[in-house]
Amino acid sequence: MVPLSDYLVLSGILFACGVAGFLIKRNIITIFMSIELMLNGVNLSFVAFAAHWHALAGQIFVFFVMVVAAAEAAVGLAIIIAVYRARETLNVDQVNLLKL
Amino acid sequence: MVSIHLILFLVFGAVAVAGAVNLLAQTHPINGALSLIAVMAALAGEYLLLGAEFVAAVQVIVYAGAIMVLFVFVIMLLNAGVEERTKGSRVAIIVGVPGMLIGSVLVAWILLTRSGTQSVPVGALPGAPTIIGDLLFHQFLLPFEVTSILILIAIMGAVVLASKPQAVQKRKEH
Repeated sequence: MVPLSDYLVLSGILFACGVAGFLIKRNIITIFMSIELMLNGVNLSFVAFAAHWHALAGQIFVFFVMVVAAAEAAVGLAIIIAVYRARETLNVDQVNLLKL
Repeated sequence: MVSIHLILFLVFGAVAVAGAVNLLAQTHPINGALSLIAVMAALAGEYLLLGAEFVAAVQVIVYAGAIMVLFVFVIMLLNAGVEERTKGSRVAIIVGVPGMLIGSVLVAWILLTRSGTQSVPVGALPGAPTIIGDLLFHQFLLPFEVTSILILIAIMGAVVLASKPQAVQKRKEH
């Protein structure tokens, strides 16, 4: 038996690590992976709440979050490839102009 | 008394947190990707503890499998090297680190003392694929179909964005 709050604290730690990575990291791919980490933290709290309230809809929401994450990864990585073609760099500090 | 459920929760949680911290510590993106896979596998274990069998399987197949393979593929395609360090602002360190510490302590304290939640037993709810599928194709049929359109648009967007600029120019000339 594990209290629900323990799951929520773990979920919060993972989300906080994602936020920290998003802010600290300078590599655009690592920033993108931090977003995935945040989504995973949220998924854990969804499943924990679903178990706590005996509501299976929480697990369906996790399924939809995964679908959105997959779509986001596909489009985001395509954008990263396009940025790399245009700028020859993955450092976000060097991608600071809208026009070439 | 320490139950086996608590021990498993702590083991999987430790692996997940270690992977998340390792993602922050590593400078090469491929190491970050591998530690993220460890986080996802540990989270699949946590889902199994909560009785969400279907979500655990999908977590391993879709997240740790498909999405992370896409990441590793792009890292190798772009030949991403070690991250270049740029100087962050000093204000961010002075204000950000204490702010983060205070915020995390506050959130943990509120969750642990004020939430008044009961324990979650092992396999608390049936998360078998048959039940999930029944819900997905009856109660959540419309959102499910909408996500298929979302995926279709995402595929087309990815193809258009990642296609070579020369190909686009040729199309314009014709």
